[in-house]
Amino acid sequence: MKHEPDGAGRLRRCAQIAGTLIAVALLAGCGLADGPVISPKGPIALAERNLLFTAFALMMIVAIPVYVMVALFCFRYRRSGNGKYRPDWDGSAAVETVIWIIPLIIVIILGTMVWDKTHDLDPYAEIEGHGTPFEVEVVAQDWKWLFIYPELGAASVNELAFPQDRPLKLKITSDTVMNSFWVPALGGQIYAMAGMRSELNLLASEPGAFRGRNTMYSGDGFSDQHFTARALTADDFAAWQEKVKAADNALDARAYVELAKPSQANPVTYYSTYEPNLFDIILRKYAPNPGPYESEAVAIICGGTA
Amino acid sequence: MSVSELDHALLAEEEEKSLEAREFGFWVYLMTDAIIFALLFATYVVMVDNIAAGPAGKAVFDINHAAIETALLLLSSLTFGVATIALGEGRPQRVVLWLLVSLALGLGFLAMEVMEFAGMIAEGASPQESGFLSAFFTLVGTHGLHVTFGSIGILVMIGQVMTKGLTKPVASRLTRLGLFWHFLDIVWIGIFSVVYLPSVM
Amino acid sequence: MLGRLTLEALPLYSWVAFGGAAVTVAGGLGALVLVTYLRAWKVLWSEWLTSVDHKRIGIMYVIIALIMLVRGFVDALMMRAQQAIAVNGEGYLPPEHFDQIFSSHGTIMIFFVAMPFLTGLINIVVPQQIGARDVAFPFLNSVSLWMTASGAGLVLISLVLGKFSQAGWTGYPPLSGAEYGPGVGVDYWLWALLVSGVGTTMTGINFIVTIVKNRCPGMIYMRMPLFTWTALCVSILIAFAFPALTVVAILLELDRVLAFHFFTNCCGGNMMMFPNLLWIWGHPEVYILILPAFGIYSEVVATFSRKRLFGYASLVYATAVIALLSFTVWLHHFFTMGSSANVNAVFGIATMIIAVPTGVKIFDWLFTMYRGRIEFHTSMLFTIGFIVTFVIGGVTGVLLALPPADYLMHNSTFLVAHFHNMLIPGALFGYFAGMNYWFPKAFGFKLDTKWGVRSFWFWIVGFYLAFMPLYLLGFLGMSRRMEHYDNPAFQPYLIVAALGAISILIGIGCIAMQFYVSFKNRVALVDATGDPWNGRTLEWATASPPAAYNFATVPEVKEIDSFYAAKQRHEAYRKPDGYEDIVMPKSTPLGLVLGGLSFVLGFAVVWYIWWLAALAFVASLAVVAVRACDDDSDYVLPAAEVEAIETARLAKIASADLHDVSDPVTSAGGVPLPGRA
Repeated sequence: MKHEPDGAGRLRRCAQIAGTLIAVALLAGCGLADGPVISPKGPIALAERNLLFTAFALMMIVAIPVYVMVALFCFRYRRSGNGKYRPDWDGSAAVETVIWIIPLIIVIILGTMVWDKTHDLDPYAEIEGHGTPFEVEVVAQDWKWLFIYPELGAASVNELAFPQDRPLKLKITSDTVMNSFWVPALGGQIYAMAGMRSELNLLASEPGAFRGRNTMYSGDGFSDQHFTARALTADDFAAWQEKVKAADNALDARAYVELAKPSQANPVTYYSTYEPNLFDIILRKYAPNPGPYESEAVAIICGGTA
Repeated sequence: MSVSELDHALLAEEEEKSLEAREFGFWVYLMTDAIIFALLFATYVVMVDNIAAGPAGKAVFDINHAAIETALLLLSSLTFGVATIALGEGRPQRVVLWLLVSLALGLGFLAMEVMEFAGMIAEGASPQESGFLSAFFTLVGTHGLHVTFGSIGILVMIGQVMTKGLTKPVASRLTRLGLFWHFLDIVWIGIFSVVYLPSVM
Repeated sequence: MLGRLTLEALPLYSWVAFGGAAVTVAGGLGALVLVTYLRAWKVLWSEWLTSVDHKRIGIMYVIIALIMLVRGFVDALMMRAQQAIAVNGEGYLPPEHFDQIFSSHGTIMIFFVAMPFLTGLINIVVPQQIGARDVAFPFLNSVSLWMTASGAGLVLISLVLGKFSQAGWTGYPPLSGAEYGPGVGVDYWLWALLVSGVGTTMTGINFIVTIVKNRCPGMIYMRMPLFTWTALCVSILIAFAFPALTVVAILLELDRVLAFHFFTNCCGGNMMMFPNLLWIWGHPEVYILILPAFGIYSEVVATFSRKRLFGYASLVYATAVIALLSFTVWLHHFFTMGSSANVNAVFGIATMIIAVPTGVKIFDWLFTMYRGRIEFHTSMLFTIGFIVTFVIGGVTGVLLALPPADYLMHNSTFLVAHFHNMLIPGALFGYFAGMNYWFPKAFGFKLDTKWGVRSFWFWIVGFYLAFMPLYLLGFLGMSRRMEHYDNPAFQPYLIVAALGAISILIGIGCIAMQFYVSFKNRVALVDATGDPWNGRTLEWATASPPAAYNFATVPEVKEIDSFYAAKQRHEAYRKPDGYEDIVMPKSTPLGLVLGGLSFVLGFAVVWYIWWLAALAFVASLAVVAVRACDDDSDYVLPAAEVEAIETARLAKIASADLHDVSDPVTSAGGVPLPGRA
């Protein structure tokens, strides 16, 4: 049998590969720094990211010793190494105490953090101290997003616009399978489910356009089921409102049923008006017992056929 | 002792060990089955108010019918117990007799359950009507399916007792079948209390 | 007559799909031709297909796992290739094909690679580790095997007839319900899960009873080898968790076939029940996959550090704690469903607590290496690779366990990278370590080291290349399961990931080469003593490959690492005073028949061929009844025959093959060498 190269050579090779990997990672890091998670655009996403970083740092207390020990032990206790050999050494109360206690302490610290932060960053909790929230009703459809603006009496498809200086309060449901609403730059994510209303409270700290999408696989058009979230200054928002009004496009019951049919890669569309109570009717469509229908519009939307 | 007798003794000893393992294994199996029922119960409890356009439990359950079903099943458990006593006494005819009685009671239970299901479906309370009815038919139907399997088991064991007599393996199988049959009783008591009783309270 | 099975079922909708079907059919036919050419039908039938020997069954499980690994990996390669080029809608796969591929990839890798692989290793090793001659229920074992095989068969045939599920391996309704997921795909998926799941449940029961009842004298619980401990915990997890899978699969199938309303959008269905029920099975399943690997690492690290395992009791308790806690964390798979902050926080904290015993295990392994004499065998390389890589997975796992961080990262490629980081180094590397470690036990010759080491390097480099970019893509905001994307910033990362997949492909090729080269050199690589690595636990006391009865005389155990101690006391390889007759189970084709019937039943329901389904169902009941009436399932192997086998074995062991087990502190040489073998 050929004698294998011993640990040292192997370790050198290990180090070379690790070096290359780190270099690649650093290069990639340049593009990464602008990513929505690393450089968030709102306090919620920032708090979530900071939690990520803090927890990561805390865990390095355990992870780094592991790496040091692996490298050291592989080198020192390889067959030709000069470390002591104690084949019967199989326990040590001191070592065991440390390896149980240290991770336990870290988990207790993390655990208290989790308790606090999960309550602070509860997606249902309204964001305080930044003026009245701007409410938007969100409907997931195959395969696009419909945004309804009760304050404006208007609606849009695949574009979510809101005034940047106000918190955004989203009420979310689905008129199809389970979806998940995600705008990573602003933070948070929550499922959209038919007949149910979930909520997400977000805030943008600066004006900008952010990518948002469905992350829960929903069928053929899933890949293109994304939208732009626009946090606009007061002037820009007024201009956007004008643009929507100018569209002169009504989302009545029949238009809604047409829109809800499966379609892929929908362009941004604006509706200057929408069927009153549209969001509630869509919720009711999937209620255990939706009828009787008090109006033709309700019957059309709940029946799903024009 | 001849070689074959030696073999025989060895096989018998091994058989004893294996039967003991089988009994323990059967308990573990019953536990897995209990988990299936526990989850079906949980599902039923979650879905019980989701009656949609269909009827609620109050409108479709007949507590008297369910009470008779309960009586039949509990009685069959009792008669199976008598069969087990006869097994201990080593009296194959009595074992067969009481197994036949248990089987008859079990089949009676099944017949009543089929009647109940058929009646509900005829009234428009089919499992396709609502989440509640889906959960009801699945929970009670799964129990009924188990009773069916148990009945087939009783039939097979009657055949075994009649052809093989009360040999050790036959006795062991009978004991395990007994465990299964009593287990179904316990599940049924759960069904009676969770499904039928609330409809009259 | 044939339900909804028509000529339309043939995969003529795309060349890629047709190619997949052609390869599957050709592979099946090729296997048949090969067996015929080798005139191996008789041997195959009498020695393998009808065998109830746990070692044979174990080997067949591993063969299923390796075949399905290739199939599942081809899926992975196709996905990586698609995503590497799919910026702005480029690519060669349409969405309705891409989604079948990611659904079958996950299903295959979990149910038909990881599960049979670990079940196979447990089958081969555990009875030998506890000094038993067989499992508690050899026939049931054969039924489990063939039900797993028939589940795999259903996945494979979905490539040829009809389509596979398009709803992902977790198949959340309503997408997987009748309204949004018509067709046979989801039904194939559900029946594959149901059939193999029932088989697995029986395996769990079998090994609980085996380990509780069949241990040899002196093998008290706290002397059991760690792999047996993990096998026991896993069997208990299986028995508790798999019924949930059976329930959730049946409920969804009722929704689909009989129009029930468990998970539908309308009529009082509750879709949130599905993820709950699924993950009540699914999270323990993660530990079902990982714990056996932990057991393997524990065996390997002690053997190749030439040292007793550090913190045996710690490792046992950590294993038990992990098993217990695995039932308390299922909700962390859907923090984003909108539960209250209290609920999310509780499940987040419970999840992080699991990191404690897991961390303890890592340190126990490290301290086993400390003051050892480490030999970098292929198994040991996989173990070290695991430790280094698994830490990353553990860290990202804790990050995802923080509900607010999960809101940010859920369903992104960060999540995909995380669970692959748990399952490739955490589970698969362990199985590979186990395969390299126990291969000589199963076949009587060792695996080639050179190709083994190569396979390790290609796998681990491939792993880093394939999944580190996915972590980063999660930070860039890439969702999982994207058939194409419009953000060009994703592409460089996805190209690197594709290169990683190619490296893993080479790694798989190296394993194939390893088998080929080892088989060719099987004489030089022979394991004459049955103890090629200077092992410590009882499985190394048997011959390689072991006789059908494993142990001619049932061993008696006085300590942990009992075989090593026996070697030190010069008690190993000693001829006993006499041999005894041994009772062995008879082979039977009924396990194969039941497996086949479950395949027919599943296939028939998938295609609504009701008469065939009824026929298969009644036939399986009849087979069970027939078996239940059979009192003649054992035979006696006479002592003379046992003596002949054992004498021949002992004659082959030359003293030069034996390992030096002298105490390094007192003996002159200081360092014991691991012997010639």
